This record gives sequence, C-alpha cells and structure tokens, in this order.
Amino acid sequence: MSPALASVAAPVPAEHHARLTGVTRVFGARKGTGVHALGPVDLDLNRGEFFSVVGPSGCGKSTLLDVLAGLSSPTAGTAEFEGKPINGVPAGVGVVFQEDASFPWLSVEDNVAFGLRRSGVDAAEVARRVDYAIGFMGLKDFSKAYPAQLSGGMRQRVCIARTLVMQPRLILLDEPFGALDQQTRLLMGDELLRLWRETGATVLLITHALDEAAMLSDRVGVMSARPGLFIDVLETGWPRDRDSRIVSHPRFGELTAHLWDKLRAESLKHLRGS
Amino acid sequence: MRHILGPLLVILAGFLGWEVLHFVVANSSLPSPFETIVQMGVLLRDPDFWKQASQTGYAFGIAVVLSTLGGIALGILLGMGRLAGQVAEPILVNLYSLPKVTLYPVVLLIFGLGISARIAFGIMHGLIPLTLFTMNAILQLKPVYRRSAAVMGLTSWQTAFTVILPAILPQVITGARLGVSLCLLGVLIGEMFAARNGLGYMVTHAMERGDMPTVLAVAVMIAAVALAANGLLLALDRSRQP
Repeated sequence: MSPALASVAAPVPAEHHARLTGVTRVFGARKGTGVHALGPVDLDLNRGEFFSVVGPSGCGKSTLLDVLAGLSSPTAGTAEFEGKPINGVPAGVGVVFQEDASFPWLSVEDNVAFGLRRSGVDAAEVARRVDYAIGFMGLKDFSKAYPAQLSGGMRQRVCIARTLVMQPRLILLDEPFGALDQQTRLLMGDELLRLWRETGATVLLITHALDEAAMLSDRVGVMSARPGLFIDVLETGWPRDRDSRIVSHPRFGELTAHLWDKLRAESLKHLRGS
Repeated sequence: MRHILGPLLVILAGFLGWEVLHFVVANSSLPSPFETIVQMGVLLRDPDFWKQASQTGYAFGIAVVLSTLGGIALGILLGMGRLAGQVAEPILVNLYSLPKVTLYPVVLLIFGLGISARIAFGIMHGLIPLTLFTMNAILQLKPVYRRSAAVMGLTSWQTAFTVILPAILPQVITGARLGVSLCLLGVLIGEMFAARNGLGYMVTHAMERGDMPTVLAVAVMIAAVALAANGLLLALDRSRQP
C-alpha cells in the first residue's frame, strides 16, 4: 500500500472507508417531477471488506455505484471516500463495468497500461505493475494479443487488470460477470476473492446473482424495488481465505435462500411495474 | 497468394468480357483491350496527357484534403451535439441523395469556369458521406469507453485523442474510402461538362472526335487510380487490425 494512503487514512476512523449518508438520486429536470431512482440510502463501507449489493432490476444499484465512483453526484445527501467528500472521480477508486470496456485497438498489454501511462507514473514502474497485473490475472500468454482474439471472460480479466495497475484502495464492480457463463463466473469469483485478499482493497460488488453475492461477500446489502433502499444487510460470516468451493457448505444454501426470501416480493413489484 | 489470385481472376474475366463485347458490338465504337493498351502507351509518352492529368490530380487532391478535414470536423461537431446531429442527419441524407449534377450550373455561376468550381463540386460529392460516417461513429461510441476514461482520470483532451479518435477511426476510414472515390467522380464530372483542361475534358473531347481508344485508355487509367486509392485506405484500415 502506498505511503500516501497512510496520511489520508490517519484521521479517518479505521472502520469507515467510504460512506453514503441520505444519498438520493432523482433523474429529470426538476425535483419531484423526475424519476426517483435511488434513496435515501445510508451505507458505511468498512476498510478492507467485501460488500455486495443485490436488488431487482432498475432499483438503482448502478446509480449507487456511479455516486461512489464520482461519475454522478447525488441529488441530495453526501458521499465520502476516505473522509473527503466525493467530487469527481476520487483518486484511489477503481471501477470495473459490466460491458466490455477493453479497447479493441490496443493489445492486452497496452490496454492494461493505458490509464497508468497517462497518470505520470515513470516507465519502469508502469512496466513492473503491468507485468504483475497481467501475471496475476493469468494473461501472460496473451499480453501481445488483441481483445478481438479473446473470449468475453478474458476481456473482462483485461479490464480488471487495467483497474488493478492503478492500485485502487476501493474497487467498484458493476455486474462484472453479468455477460459470462456460469462456470466462468464461478472461476472469476475466485479470481476476485484472490485479488481482494492480496490487495487488501475494499470491494463493492453490484450483482443480480444471489449465489454470487452469498459466496463472495462479507456483507450483502439487499435493495428494494425503485426507489432503491436497503431493506436488509446480511453478514455472511465466511473466513477471509474462502473460494468457490463453499457453495457445498450448508450455510451457502441458507444465505442464498435468505436473500431470495427478502428479494422475492421486491422482484415481483418490479415485474408487475414493468 | 490466394488473396492475389481472386482479384487477378476478376481482372482477367473483365478483359475477356470486354473482348467478347468488342466482337459483338461494332468494332469502331468499342476498341479491344489490346488497342486500348496500345493507346495507353501512346498517351503515357504524350506531355499533353500529363498536363491534363496534373490538372485533374491537383483539383482531386485539394478536394480530397478539404472534404476529409471538413467531413471529420463536421461529423465530430454534429456527433457531439446530439440535437444538432438528429436535426442534421435527415438533411444530410437527403442532400446526399440529390443528383448533384443538376446543381452544377449553380456551382459554375458561383465559382466561375476555373478549377475552383471543379474542386467545389468534388467536395460536394465527398463531404457528406464522411460527415455521416464520422457522426454515426461518435453517436454509436460505447458509453463505457468514456466512463472508463473518466474513471482512469483522463482529461478531456486525452479522452478525445487517445480514446474517442481511435474508437471511431474504422468508420472514419470507411467514410473516407467512399468520400475519396466520390470526390474523384465530382471533379471528373466537373471537367467533362465545363472545362478546357483535365482528364474529364480529354475524354469528352476524344468522344467528340470519335477517338474511342483514348476514351477507354483514360477511363482505365482513372479506374486504376481510384482502385489504388481505395486499396491504400483499405490497407491502412487492415494495418491497424491484429
């Protein structure tokens, strides 16, 4: 972890890494007439935890992520990262999107190095970090390949590696495995857990897959149908060095069932509403 | 080897078809490929041909440069302003489908009989397709590219030159291929209808004299130049692909 972090982190109570207080987001010209997409939502992300958000389609999960990433500002309420209000994209926050965001005109290597090269880091350090991230994500044999030659899962690895090289302290993932098949998703979940353990970063994962949330997270926030509110926060109690094999643990079934229990009514609302 | 064989066969078939047509149609109105090639040799040694060719080349070159720069700039402008793009697209598409040759007298009245009228006419043909292609490339740009750029902390200039430009380049090159060939068309039509020099004039003049070998020789050479320009842009497009 960089020394710059220590000075920023010192005055912040250790448990709060990012915090949303009364965050509301209304889309549309004027308040009251627009679409009330989210909130008011309160969320405390503890430093180093793995937090997942599940909820019915259109409940404002992605809006929540956008607010934390500084990509959109809340209509009401405050958003903080490391004790400072979020205003624009904060340094130290990395985002992995659902859509394939790899640049088809760049090789895997250049894709991974892309953001870092433009952030003023010297060439030797860029090469070192890119090398590490490519190795970590299992892309060593493909570093000269282009995204078009890779599968969807491999392209998403490239995007994760591209985020990883920036050494984010908070990693936001917006349904990153949504477009992948089930087996690939389980394996990518393992990769994500390994990445989380090794970097010590705080992870916020937006997902619609209940099993994914139950398997990966320390805590799972369940959101209601629009306007999205947290209706439950569930502690999973998994050990830190877990992997996808915990799906055979009886507790995994209980957790998934509990999540579905909470979500069923909300999902029905969405289904009837649309 | 295989990708050379295909085009080679097409050219061979073309010449065969031409030869057959030459025998079916009266000989004098359609010279054989052989006669045409002989005439080509004559023309290539004629300094007057080179004078005319340089006139056409000059007008074509300027029209290509101006319509390429203008088309890309206009396309980016219209693509960025979503409303402007929505208003402009149907207008541009309709303008594009107009038979522009009917407007050539107007162009002549505005620009006079000189080379500038032909350049303007070339631009009239070449500008719109490139503008449309560039505009659509920007409108269809995946939003996640811009979001990624924002998350990686890129400035707007860095985003424009390192993300948006490379992302739209394939469509811009496709538009340029269309634009360049239409520019040539515009310039040649201009020369054929109202000029005393250039290859277009040379063709009309030869036609008036019944000098069909010259007509076909010039046509074949212009076709070769157009195909070469297209091939060059295609190669440029392919060179960026893995």
